[in-house]
Amino acid sequence: MAPVSTERDLRLDLFRGLALWLIFLDHIPSNAVNWITIRNYGFSDATEIFVFISGYTAAFVYGRAMQQHGFIVASARVLKRAWQIYVAHVFLLAIYLAEIAYVSSSFDNPLYTEEMGVLNFLKNPDVTILQALLLKFKPVNMDVLPLYILLLLWFPPMLWLLLRAPSLALITSASVYAFMWLFEWNLPAYPSGTWLFNPFAWQLLFVFGAWCALGGAENLSRWVHSPAMVGLAITYLLFAFAIAMTWYFPRLAVYVPKWVGDAIYPIDKTNLDVLRIMHFLALAIITVAFVPRDWPALKSWIFWPAIVCGQHSLETFCLGVFLSFAGHFVFTEVSNRVLTQIVVSFAGIAIMVAVAALISWYRQAERRGGGPRPPAAKPGYAGGEL
Amino acid sequence: MRKRLLPLALLMLVAAPAWAEHPAECRVAENLTEPNFRLPHVTRAVGAKHLNILVVGAGSSQLPGTSGTGNAYPARLQQALASRLPGVDVKVTTDVKSGRTAAEMVKALPAALAASKPVLLVWQTGTVDAMLGVDPDLFSQSLDKGIKIARSAGADVVLINAQYSPRTESMIALGTYVDDMRWVALQQEVPLFDRFSIMKLWGELGTFDLYSATKKLDIAERVHDCIGRLLADMVVTAAKPEEPPTNGSR
Repeated sequence: MAPVSTERDLRLDLFRGLALWLIFLDHIPSNAVNWITIRNYGFSDATEIFVFISGYTAAFVYGRAMQQHGFIVASARVLKRAWQIYVAHVFLLAIYLAEIAYVSSSFDNPLYTEEMGVLNFLKNPDVTILQALLLKFKPVNMDVLPLYILLLLWFPPMLWLLLRAPSLALITSASVYAFMWLFEWNLPAYPSGTWLFNPFAWQLLFVFGAWCALGGAENLSRWVHSPAMVGLAITYLLFAFAIAMTWYFPRLAVYVPKWVGDAIYPIDKTNLDVLRIMHFLALAIITVAFVPRDWPALKSWIFWPAIVCGQHSLETFCLGVFLSFAGHFVFTEVSNRVLTQIVVSFAGIAIMVAVAALISWYRQAERRGGGPRPPAAKPGYAGGEL
Repeated sequence: MRKRLLPLALLMLVAAPAWAEHPAECRVAENLTEPNFRLPHVTRAVGAKHLNILVVGAGSSQLPGTSGTGNAYPARLQQALASRLPGVDVKVTTDVKSGRTAAEMVKALPAALAASKPVLLVWQTGTVDAMLGVDPDLFSQSLDKGIKIARSAGADVVLINAQYSPRTESMIALGTYVDDMRWVALQQEVPLFDRFSIMKLWGELGTFDLYSATKKLDIAERVHDCIGRLLADMVVTAAKPEEPPTNGSR
């Protein structure tokens, strides 16, 4: 099966860009602005969108590479990408260590003696840093990139299978997901516990994204556009919304029948709960139904900021993590008034857009300038980048 | 926000003796301290004029220093209950050690229950589990187990979740553990003292400057005093005999 379309689907960039903004907002603790993010109104959050679209674009880009240049070359490119992400992760880790070292030397409120124990790992950096390099020690909010690395490592054989027997590939992926639930597979973390984003679970969404990119979406399209499906999706989103409201207004919790609560809780993010997948799928169905691929607005300036961020997702994601650290730092050191929170949030997004635009411009200039770069290097970028 | 605190602090210095009676800064949104389940054993014990409570917790249930024990919330709870329930002999014993996970506390629970024979277990946990990244499933199971042990020893349970700690928010992922405690409390039908939301509200309203880098104990002592009082309010409300259950008949 061939990648069906040659022109890049701007909706992917748009929603990945938006997801990156939401991830940034969600990563700033105690941020008033993260009221607007989708995780407050249902079961799934921006992570699902990010992983799905990343799978979709990975298949789009590397699928073509695999068809044109074979398994080895395409795999090498995937691994190179995984390495880049690893380097980015280590870079973020260095910034995180700097922040934590600062806090530990400047903050000593007796109310929080227990909480300050989290800084104890600074006392034996030999172990901690090694565990971090092994991706076992992952500070708060630094779980997505290690997941992404593993998903890419697992991707070449999956892509190979997807190009030959897409249904079989999807079944394989779903089986891994099922076995994960059955045998409680997960990877160990340091100092205890397991990965916050269980790779055995989240691979399903990544592979499903890839499957959609390689023709699956075309096959599903009649289904997805049927009024019954759209109606079902809307119903489910409303149900999730109603449940989410009971988290903020405990008085409403009385109206949730006990058997419903027993059936749905806890909604497991680590293992990508089925309720979360369904919520994401419902969102995707609504999106596909109401935002057509050739929607003219996608090319207008209104959506350009999100699209440009989505087109440079790794850089934007890393910058977002750094900016969320910085934003939290502003809250603790300068002011945590709501106005500050709003300013910090929007300034962060503006910086993300500016940097993404800069990268975009630089890439174009580099390509126009010709230089020593042979055109053969292009296919990796032709569909935009991962 | 922090600047607004200075006059408040001055006011409290002046009004210190009166403030000991009913500190206005403690008052928070009512729904945060409203218990949604009853404490039948406590109701009976109050009727029998003899209320015996065991507080099990980790580092955030204590304060450092020589007068730490007297100023930490378990002692404040005893004092507040004694004044709210005149004629009742209130006794609060503690089993508090810093750095303990829920599972570790469960292990020590039978012995502590046997030693003090309480009618109410106040169980503070979650912070250490979050810091160590304990598997959330195991954490929930520990909570279930602890509640079961306490019930079979004839005690009601009140859960207390983690403190809201803005400085370490980007380092300790409390979210899952705070949520899990809510769910376990709901399923097991025990009241949850939502310390996290209460302190967060205090932070937002500027009641207490929780960002403060102070090394002094004053804020910490007032926070613990307020927690003790609000906890007492919750216990008294949940143990009132005349009212029909507010929420238990779901």
